[in-house]
Amino acid sequence: MSRPPEPPVFAAPWEAQTFALVVSLHDAGLFTWSDWAQALGRHGDRTADYALWLETIEALIAERGLTSAAALEARRAAFARAAAATPHGEPILLENDPGV
Amino acid sequence: MAQDHDHHDHHHDHDHDHPHGSELSPMDLRVRALESILVEKGYVDPAALDTLIETYETKVGPHNGARVVARAWVDPAFKARLLADGSAAMRELDVGGRGGEHMVVVENTPEEHNLVVCTLCSCYPWPVLGLPPVWYKSPPYRSRAVIDPRGVLAEFGTELPAATRIRVWDSTAELRYMVLPMRPPGTDHLDEAALADLVTRDSMIGTGLPLSPDQVVHA
Repeated sequence: MSRPPEPPVFAAPWEAQTFALVVSLHDAGLFTWSDWAQALGRHGDRTADYALWLETIEALIAERGLTSAAALEARRAAFARAAAATPHGEPILLENDPGV
Repeated sequence: MAQDHDHHDHHHDHDHDHPHGSELSPMDLRVRALESILVEKGYVDPAALDTLIETYETKVGPHNGARVVARAWVDPAFKARLLADGSAAMRELDVGGRGGEHMVVVENTPEEHNLVVCTLCSCYPWPVLGLPPVWYKSPPYRSRAVIDPRGVLAEFGTELPAATRIRVWDSTAELRYMVLPMRPPGTDHLDEAALADLVTRDSMIGTGLPLSPDQVVHA
């Protein structure tokens, strides 16, 4: 006899990365799980999925002064430029950002 | 190697005027930006992230909870310890860790059926069940499990006798519940490993019941 296969835990790589980042920051002592549940619960009308996790962790680390919304936005733009400059199928690295 | 040799004689004249760059989805961009900043500042270690992901993709999942349930079905002393102190009894089976510090196991009986929810967000007993399915995290489940548990069970195809009470347990970050389902009838001949195959994720959340032996695929 065998168990039916379990569905994939993460629907996309970014979900897995988000989960791992949150757990790592928890392990680094940035917040307790109770803090985390409260932060997620502020959006009670929304599914507490990894999109909400990502939004919540971005806000939480900005609140704690680790980074800012502007720094995150600038880094996203740098990754977008690096991606555009990277041939399809090759790893997208920040150092390949040609700049603005 | 030898086949398709013609292909290599062919002159490559792809159009190099058009850029063939890559693209990242908005969510990929966000998580990459976040990760690279946190790595730069020394808050996270990329290798540790990979290990975490691998652990939750391959090692932690409902098969762990199923082992706990099967042991409780065959070993009354273990079951008593499990109901008295869930986390301690699970450690006997090397099940535990993050998110399982204070686990409470609630036992289904013919009189009472248990259903687990997190009304606030998505608190869930990771060491025994892995990470929660999307429906568990959705507002309809989180609110309706409390207001209309029998209706929720019906949507999962789970019908209980009218006389069975349904008790709903609201998980928190500190206190996480797992249901100990009833051992299905007709399973006296099964060993512990075969019993574990009957224990589904949903039967440990309370939205479902264990499989009967004839529902399990014989591999």
